[in-house]
Amino acid sequence: MPFNLLVLACLSYVVLLFIVAFVAERRAALGRIGWLRSPVVYTLSLSIYCTAWTFYGAVGYAARSGLEFVTIYLGPTIVFVGWWLLLRKLVRIGRQQRVTSIADLVSSRFGKSNLLGVVVTALAVVAATPYIALQLQSVTLSFGVFASGTPEGWALPDRDATAIWVAGGLALFTILFGTRNLDAKEQHHGVVLAIAVEAVVKLVALLAVGIFVVWGLGGGPAAVFARIDASAIGEWQVQPGRWTGLIFVSAAAVICLPRMFQVMVVEDGDERHMALASWAFPLYLLLMSLFIVPIAVVGLERMPAGANPDMFVLTLPLAEGQGALAMLAFLGGFSSATSMVIVESIALATMVSNHVVMPLWLRLRPKAAISGDVRRIVLLSRRLAIVGVLTLGYLYYRMSGGSAALASIGLIAFVGMAQVLPVLVGGLYWRGATKAGAVAGLLCGFAVWAFTLYLPSFGPDAALSAATFEQGLGGIGWLRPQGLFGVEAMDPLLHALFWSLSLNTAAFCLFSLLTFPGPVERMQGAAFVNVFDAESAGSLGWSRGRAEPEALLVMAQRILGDENALALFASEARAQGKEGFLPDATPDFVAGLERRLAGSVGAATAHAMISQIVGRATVSVEDLMAVANETAQIMEYSARLEAQQEELTRTATQLREANEKLQQLSVQKDAFLSQISHELRTPMTSIRAFSEILTEGDLPPEIVANYGRIIHEEAIRLTRLLDDLLDLSVLENGSVQLNVGVANIQQLIDRALAAAGQSRPERNFLIVRDLPAENIFVRTDPDRLVQVFINLVSNARKYCDAKEPELRIKVRQRAGRVSVDFIDNGSGIPKQNQAIIFEKFARLTDQTRAGGAGLGLAICREVMANLGGAINYLPGQGGAAFRVTLPLRLDRKAA
Amino acid sequence: MRARRAPLFLKRRSYRRRRLRDAARMLPVVGLFLLMLPMLWANGSSERQSTAWDGLFVFAVWSGLLVAAAAMAPGLSEEQGADGEGGAAAAGRPQDDA
Amino acid sequence: MAGHVLLIEDEPNIAEAIRFLLGRDGMRVSSLSDGVGAAEAVREVRPDLVILDLMLPGCSGLEVLAAIRAHPETGSTPVLMLTAKGQGRDREAAEKAGVDRFMTKPFSNAEMLASVRELVQR
Repeated sequence: MPFNLLVLACLSYVVLLFIVAFVAERRAALGRIGWLRSPVVYTLSLSIYCTAWTFYGAVGYAARSGLEFVTIYLGPTIVFVGWWLLLRKLVRIGRQQRVTSIADLVSSRFGKSNLLGVVVTALAVVAATPYIALQLQSVTLSFGVFASGTPEGWALPDRDATAIWVAGGLALFTILFGTRNLDAKEQHHGVVLAIAVEAVVKLVALLAVGIFVVWGLGGGPAAVFARIDASAIGEWQVQPGRWTGLIFVSAAAVICLPRMFQVMVVEDGDERHMALASWAFPLYLLLMSLFIVPIAVVGLERMPAGANPDMFVLTLPLAEGQGALAMLAFLGGFSSATSMVIVESIALATMVSNHVVMPLWLRLRPKAAISGDVRRIVLLSRRLAIVGVLTLGYLYYRMSGGSAALASIGLIAFVGMAQVLPVLVGGLYWRGATKAGAVAGLLCGFAVWAFTLYLPSFGPDAALSAATFEQGLGGIGWLRPQGLFGVEAMDPLLHALFWSLSLNTAAFCLFSLLTFPGPVERMQGAAFVNVFDAESAGSLGWSRGRAEPEALLVMAQRILGDENALALFASEARAQGKEGFLPDATPDFVAGLERRLAGSVGAATAHAMISQIVGRATVSVEDLMAVANETAQIMEYSARLEAQQEELTRTATQLREANEKLQQLSVQKDAFLSQISHELRTPMTSIRAFSEILTEGDLPPEIVANYGRIIHEEAIRLTRLLDDLLDLSVLENGSVQLNVGVANIQQLIDRALAAAGQSRPERNFLIVRDLPAENIFVRTDPDRLVQVFINLVSNARKYCDAKEPELRIKVRQRAGRVSVDFIDNGSGIPKQNQAIIFEKFARLTDQTRAGGAGLGLAICREVMANLGGAINYLPGQGGAAFRVTLPLRLDRKAA
Repeated sequence: MRARRAPLFLKRRSYRRRRLRDAARMLPVVGLFLLMLPMLWANGSSERQSTAWDGLFVFAVWSGLLVAAAAMAPGLSEEQGADGEGGAAAAGRPQDDA
Repeated sequence: MAGHVLLIEDEPNIAEAIRFLLGRDGMRVSSLSDGVGAAEAVREVRPDLVILDLMLPGCSGLEVLAAIRAHPETGSTPVLMLTAKGQGRDREAAEKAGVDRFMTKPFSNAEMLASVRELVQR
């Protein structure tokens, strides 16, 4: 089998994955999620549990220690079959609290503590590094098998080079599809679908090799079955300690491994999906394990004595001349390794950015963290973290020399992540678990694991000196890494598992019992433990009315993106019965916003950011109990009463707003007459004065010409005012004649910019446009639309008070509607005036006599209403900002 | 919450549903027990000790577990859609059962 | 006839008309287009008459008038107020603030000239 062909197949497979991921992202972006979120895809994505360790390593494991390999899959089977006990709760909490990672879950449960987030993140990164190295090693090894197997003696140029290429390619793929956008919820449809495809490939590959081995080489199941006991594997005996311990540790790992948590809870946690996965995932594991022993038996029989059993899946078909099958097996192994690395690095990058980078950023630059571009920082830090994680994995691979057996490296990572289990389970079921307990337990488990298993894995005299192995830490006999407290005879893995988890649990329980939790901790504890008790009172803690909604909006936009944030605020405002984009900052709303932000940057960071605006949540335990009492009382009201009350409040708000508006209107109506009088009399004054002067005669001709020009100008001004008034009244009556036609937004904006250039031509305006985005054809009345655009542009030219004035025009198309935003960089319109600018004669200041009568925006509003669209003021854009929305096709018959 | 008291006796349908949940909770325990069994006959030096038969036993238990889970899954997920939050809330307090 | 008139009016065309009218009559006309600092200007220039528009950018004519009346040196300077709003309320407010003559726009040139002459001679 030519090596070039292998590289080619490998590359085209990667291209296929790119296409799959890209198509999925496109579909998701268009809102056609459909089967992207089906239980089948969910179950298949869980298969990243089966890494290259399973694909190659399981056969090696079976060849070395018989049936023991199966424990690694029995643990997850028990966890999934018993989903009703733990996973269901985990998934529900994950969705309710918008958890972004396992570190986020732990941090959120224990009072949104960032310290815990950091500890779990550190643990996860340290434990994952060898595991990622393992994947790089297995891909490199499998390349090596092909290289040495070719008759032409095609030799790999360099192993390290292969590993670097693989790591680099994976980093690229992960960055492309894992950090494309900062979603409200951390979901990566492209990645998940690519992984589901890889899951199918690896299953098919392993089954194909198994079927070939059993029926092609072994002579049928019965014959193979008989040969199991005849082989070396037949001498294997169950070791009760390892058997139980490994089932336990793999059960813990399937819950706690960052990548499993990512696909199980973060990507698409849904209880209905769980129901299918509860049996389908164990079935997948069973199928993956089914042929492991036969392949090991036949491999031991047929392959030369020194052959590496970890590579039997590849070397057996190769030795039998089955090139195509070997290729399939290679792709299977490649799939296993790549899918694991991709998801693991996404999960770790999310943790690092949410729990290490963001808090640092918040602390170093508290101002910029709220008003600066947070999304860029988050995405950048995730990208760097992905590169960092893969670099660590690569360095570990170089340092360890890629020699250790696959299985042992995997188990070290399992035991490491299992340290989170006591805190996780304790946090989910025991309200008394406290942050201090969690920190103590985690640190204790982390330290013991590192000392007894992780550091010794580098070998004597690498991380720990040989003397420490012999005599214990600092020469203290009972502190030997593999004989803690004088326990000598245990298997090193079991020894580490036993001591780390028992000391971890003991510290966790002891410190939890001795310490007193803070208010946020107690709230979160109740919300987690009682997650199924309807909506628990989880939304207290933010004091009412302390936050300026506009400040919240500005911050939300920096994290969720302009569109999402505006939509969120607008829908909340509508629910409160208000118009526009700014709802009242009620405690409920602030808490909901916090959860939404937590879905992007983690609970601890979101909490810190909100408290910078709202002020520290100063809830005491007494407050908490008062609220609990109150909650209990409110619960006794019937649902109908509550609904009525809500309706009443909404109506009251609406009434209040209407009343305010009426009052303002009546003041304005009053001012209307005096305004119109003023606007008519001013030009009239000049006309009368100069015409009287001219009638007297006896003037030099140049003065006559000059005064004639003034009269002419003022007459035009009068006409324009009358035109505007008439226009407005026609528009308000709805009796306007529309000339509907097809027009291109870009050309309309061009026209508007050219026409509006006349107002204050001395000002040099910077216009920022995105021409390709503007290239949208609409069916509307083009002249009327241009009228609106001209108005907005010349308003910006007149009123923008920035030193270097700038006007940004953003065009967007969504769901059959086009929106055009005009945003300048001036000081904007104060909040109390935002509601009245669209009223007649609502010119806010007379500072700039630019010749308008204050009818422009009123006309714009009427025009847009006639065009089936709207014009709104957009708060929080850093300047005056107007959004014009209109339908792509105006369906009204020209009246 | 406490004020809303669950009825002492339930209709046949809800009764079945609750027992199904109990079964779902017991399943992992049963599975663990069965998977521990090979350890028992490992210590005895009986003649039947054979890797092949152990393997067969493990895979049989494994298949049995997932068939049982598959049989229960529709019932468990259906009720989540059917009685939503209330059903789930009740599930959190098995002591209410009749 | 001689006299010094300070004109405070923001509409350039109206200011031009008044400047022409009074200039032809032999009066010296200084003009301002803004209410801010108008009272200080009155103190400095010491005009024989101030013609003041009611609606001025920056601050309203009434404020300027109050400032002129409040200062002992300018308290007795005659003030002719112009307005384009023409509502009774504005006239009352102006008279309360101590205006000497109140005229609505548009005005006839003869009327304007007569009022100015009368006020300057006081």
